[in-house]
Amino acid sequence: MKLHAARRRKQTIFRRVVVGLLGLFFALPLLGMVEFTTRAPGGGRTLATWATLFDVNVIDADYPELKTGVLASAGLVVLTVTIMLVMLVPTMTWVRLRLPGLRRTVEFVCLLPLTIPAIVLVVGLAPVYAWVAYFLGESSLWLAFAYVVLVLPYAYRALDAGLSAIDVKTLAEAARSLGAGWPTVMWQIILPNVRTAVLSASFLSVALVLGEFTIANLFSRDNLQVAINQLNKRDASLATAAALAALVLAFIVLFAMSFVGAGRRSHPPEEN
Amino acid sequence: MGALLGVLPFLAYTTIFLLVPTLIVVIGACLDGNNRLTLGNLSALAQPQIASAFMHSVVLSAVTALLGAVFGALLAYAVSTAREGGPLRRMITSLCGVLAQFGGVTLAFAFIATVGFQGFLTLWLQKIGIDLAGSTWLFEPDKGLILVYTYFQIPLMLIVFLPAVEGLRPQWREAAESLGGSTWHYWRHVAGPILAPSFIGAMLLLFTNAFSAYATAAALISQGSPIIPLQIGGTLSSEVILGQENIGKAMALGMVAIVAVVMTLYAVLERRTTRWLGR
Repeated sequence: MKLHAARRRKQTIFRRVVVGLLGLFFALPLLGMVEFTTRAPGGGRTLATWATLFDVNVIDADYPELKTGVLASAGLVVLTVTIMLVMLVPTMTWVRLRLPGLRRTVEFVCLLPLTIPAIVLVVGLAPVYAWVAYFLGESSLWLAFAYVVLVLPYAYRALDAGLSAIDVKTLAEAARSLGAGWPTVMWQIILPNVRTAVLSASFLSVALVLGEFTIANLFSRDNLQVAINQLNKRDASLATAAALAALVLAFIVLFAMSFVGAGRRSHPPEEN
Repeated sequence: MGALLGVLPFLAYTTIFLLVPTLIVVIGACLDGNNRLTLGNLSALAQPQIASAFMHSVVLSAVTALLGAVFGALLAYAVSTAREGGPLRRMITSLCGVLAQFGGVTLAFAFIATVGFQGFLTLWLQKIGIDLAGSTWLFEPDKGLILVYTYFQIPLMLIVFLPAVEGLRPQWREAAESLGGSTWHYWRHVAGPILAPSFIGAMLLLFTNAFSAYATAAALISQGSPIIPLQIGGTLSSEVILGQENIGKAMALGMVAIVAVVMTLYAVLERRTTRWLGR
């Protein structure tokens, strides 16, 4: 017993030292951003930059690129999550039910983007996007097609874990034998049972899309990060404030997600 | 046959936006300006500028993978000693989730605001006689970029390594103790060997993460292209000499080859890991 107490004390000291030191390393650049965005011209502190950032009218009138970027990213988030869910959930369910032989193939395709860096994807996507622009126009929204590919591995893993936790086959057969059509099975049986997985796949996609810069920048399209990067040339302080605000937003999204995940874990199917 | 129709949309989509781009890179890397087969693009990778960019990228990725793995593992172990579901654990894992994903522009700005020419740490250090603003160290791949990349590598390590650390059962430690083993024995003969494959696997993942990163360096560096993703970006965004655009594809193919080797090693290790830490 004494041994345990001594070890616990040592662990506590170790934990405080490590978390403290690394915490400092992580805090300094964030502090740097806060400090930089609150500098007043003659020395001293001001919140003018932050007031500007949250003043919709001023942003609208003086910083249209930021407004465009925010709107584009909002649209991209919605479109990416929608395409991802509409495509992956039915496909993965269908493969489990009817085509188990294809499961390896689907998994391979979904995890493939892990070995293809975004910058490489850009090179290969350039001709594809020439066609997209030809058929659908130049809108930044179509970046969502590429973003779905970027989120594919993460979304696949989250959804796969969700589908593995339920008995898809029995549920679907039960519903079918009671006369439900496939759309009903998907919408009213499968989806409600994997909603935690759907939520975590969506949250991951949101975080990824909000932070995406590579593809949008190289295709000269607008999104939040591209706008912030452009804004930096004109008003470094405001750009830094916008970047920090986006970071805080993403943190809130992921923090909320940690509660969603915890809700699932509190009812483990098997615990020994 | 009818069942296959159900996966058709998925296959069509991934063909257009994933397989076709991949093939464009692979095939394009072997074609010259007149669409004839050539090895010229691949041999262009030996040009000093490109070879040194590859070199910088590999070294930068390896060093930051090692630094990130060591510090991230320490942090993961420290966090694992905190109460499960407690506020510290939840805060740190969420924070790491953001910091690992959110590199890019934000990270570049953060470091410029801290240790850039007008950064607050730079100004402070100037007062005590240390001059950071005298050189362009922050923008060099063997100095500043290592620091900046480590900033997103440590959080990623925590995320991928924490489950492995959590998989260590307290019973194993108790068993070691009841047999008279010290803390050192426990780490050397029990926890160390069990965690080693996960640790190396995580390090490989960190390597590909740094190797693939474009945004951070692009936002930070405005002059020159010292690392390979910036070189590739350069072939896309600027007017390149006719016939040279496929050199970008050759560089891209080179990146994929390196990442594929590393990811294959990772997959092998992963299979070993799950044997012990089956969750």
